[in-house]
Amino acid sequence: MDEKYSTLIEPKTSLLSVDFKEIWRYRDLFSMFVKRDIITQYKQTILGPAWFFIQPLLTMVMYMIVFGGIAGISTDGLPQALFYLAGILCWQYFADCLNKTSSTFTTNQNIFGKVYFPRLIVPLATVSSNLVRLFIQLFLFVVVYVYYLVAGVDVAPNWYVLLFPVLVLMLAGLALGFGIIISSMTTKYRDLTILFTFVVQLWMYATPIIYPLSTITNATVRTVMLLNPITSIVETFKYGALGIGSFSWGALGYSFGFMVVLLAVGIVVFNKVQRSFMDTV
Amino acid sequence: MTAIEFNNISKQYRLGLVSTRTLSHDLNRWWAMNIRGKEDPYLKIGDTNDRSTKGESDYVWALRDIDFKVEQGDVLGIIGKNGAGKSTLLKILSKVTTPTTGTIKARGRIASLLEVGTGFHPEMTGRENIYMNGAIMGMTKAEISRKLDEIVDFSGCERYLDTPVKRYSSGMTVRLGFAIAAHLDPEILVVDEVLAVGDAEFQKKAIGKMQDVSRGEGRTVLFVSHNMASMQQLCKTGILLNNGQIEKTGNIGEVISFYQHQAVLLQKDSIIERRDRKGNGKLLLSGVVIRNQEGTPIDKIISGNSFIISIHLLNRDWTEFDQVAEMTVAINDEYGDRSLVMNNVFKDYTITFDENTSKYRVDFLIEKCPLNVGEYGMAFYLSDKFGNVIDWIDNIHTLEVEAGDFYNTGKVHRKGLGHFLVDYDVHVVR
Repeated sequence: MDEKYSTLIEPKTSLLSVDFKEIWRYRDLFSMFVKRDIITQYKQTILGPAWFFIQPLLTMVMYMIVFGGIAGISTDGLPQALFYLAGILCWQYFADCLNKTSSTFTTNQNIFGKVYFPRLIVPLATVSSNLVRLFIQLFLFVVVYVYYLVAGVDVAPNWYVLLFPVLVLMLAGLALGFGIIISSMTTKYRDLTILFTFVVQLWMYATPIIYPLSTITNATVRTVMLLNPITSIVETFKYGALGIGSFSWGALGYSFGFMVVLLAVGIVVFNKVQRSFMDTV
Repeated sequence: MTAIEFNNISKQYRLGLVSTRTLSHDLNRWWAMNIRGKEDPYLKIGDTNDRSTKGESDYVWALRDIDFKVEQGDVLGIIGKNGAGKSTLLKILSKVTTPTTGTIKARGRIASLLEVGTGFHPEMTGRENIYMNGAIMGMTKAEISRKLDEIVDFSGCERYLDTPVKRYSSGMTVRLGFAIAAHLDPEILVVDEVLAVGDAEFQKKAIGKMQDVSRGEGRTVLFVSHNMASMQQLCKTGILLNNGQIEKTGNIGEVISFYQHQAVLLQKDSIIERRDRKGNGKLLLSGVVIRNQEGTPIDKIISGNSFIISIHLLNRDWTEFDQVAEMTVAINDEYGDRSLVMNNVFKDYTITFDENTSKYRVDFLIEKCPLNVGEYGMAFYLSDKFGNVIDWIDNIHTLEVEAGDFYNTGKVHRKGLGHFLVDYDVHVVR
């Protein structure tokens, strides 16, 4: 490139030319997107941010009735409310991020068609703004937790609970990685979008959210479940916070490695697609 | 110094729907390029982008081998018919999409204004949206804060600053959007038709601002518009695109007159054979003749004299059932803006045709030509009483108007003193 020119537009660039500097330069846009996502979510609703509490509470009550009551699935001796809430906390964050990031291109085609900025900002902002909801739900979880402690239920956190920030980071990374890959693959052929909603539903049942991993005794099923990178994250959280479930550095390490590879592949694919997706979307 | 350099920019688009056929093309392309290491097989084919003819290929070239340079501080107007490739060129320059082949090199930050108020969120207040939109355009928070007062002042929306944008009138939204864009500080500004919005006062303000930006501050501006008058006002140089290729470059005045002359050349084709028309074609415009009051065909009209516009129609497929409701003849100024519309409905005159007559002639008699010296274009529109278009065609004739003694005073108007002449009296009133 000629030195005196500062901008170069060309048909193709190499696969790995992800311009992280540019993304950093647009950090103010990133914070604006996060702010927008948060303040516009419950505009013109009477209950406003209270919905952040109501949604998980309703889901919890639903699980208590359907899975705990009717189906009678074990919760490893824990109060149902606490057990389901722990699972919902992790899964809801992951699923929300995944659903939103996976439609990045299709939902933003109006803006993307008119102005250029690093497209990766949008899914990054989505994952970050969802953190607010996660922390509000965490607060709810702590309230319920304290209630049961006072009531004398035998739950005790251990030191592994300090891994929580890492777990959140891993959930965010996995959701982002999957999300942007799916988003990139569905710009031209929408078939995957239809398949995808189904897969996310199934995925929840393949993750120990509504049942403890310890109830799975079949060796093959257990192996398959452990291949699911979300499993060890959820199990680690439950182990650290509630003292049930299983924990192994190996399983967690596997999930972490999975996330790093997925994220790298995702960014490369996304970066390639973003350059000309307007022609095919 | 060169600010932007376009090197052989081409852009290919695929027509039609996304289907299994595109999938097979994609697989074929992938096979040829990645496995066999060859070139993209579909790059060799493709028609030039002429919408009115039906092409052989699924692929068209929206742009083909665009190669030119823009000097720093230049204000370049890009002219062309709809579909000539103007917007595609701007999209490539603003990095919304990539060129199929070729490169663009540019010096400095490029800001594009393909739309006013991109990314405005209706639920957020004016102030929040200024920050949002500014950030999308590439400004930092600190830059926007520094310019906030100027932006608010320019938009004239101060009172509504803390009201959600969804409560704004559409005009206010546009003002706010333009105000933000006008206060960007890019070295290169790309603008697409955004001046076509807002009221007259604001348009004037916007054009003035654009002139300041380019003249005073030495920025390079690329500007696309169909409004030749504002083009002429703003731009120094121009390029004319036609079917994705550069047809003419040079001084803006030259390019505009070349472009308008082309529209005239189009008329030389016999009107009946022209294909750039719309409608069901049950009746077709077959000729336009200008006559004097005696009915003798004339070349030129004289201001203040009477003349007749004769519209010749050919009956192809007319039935008694199709009653004509509306026949319009419009006169446009040299920039293609409507000056005058004549229509039988305004005059409460009903036009009926019967199916057995094969040719018709309809005359519009103008008692006293109100047009000032100059060249004027004409357009024709015919619809039935249900509003269905029968025949609609632009650039049907060029009216040449010469100076005449309109006021019976022996004094004549010259070109540039407005488009119209009217009868008036002057009095001193004490």
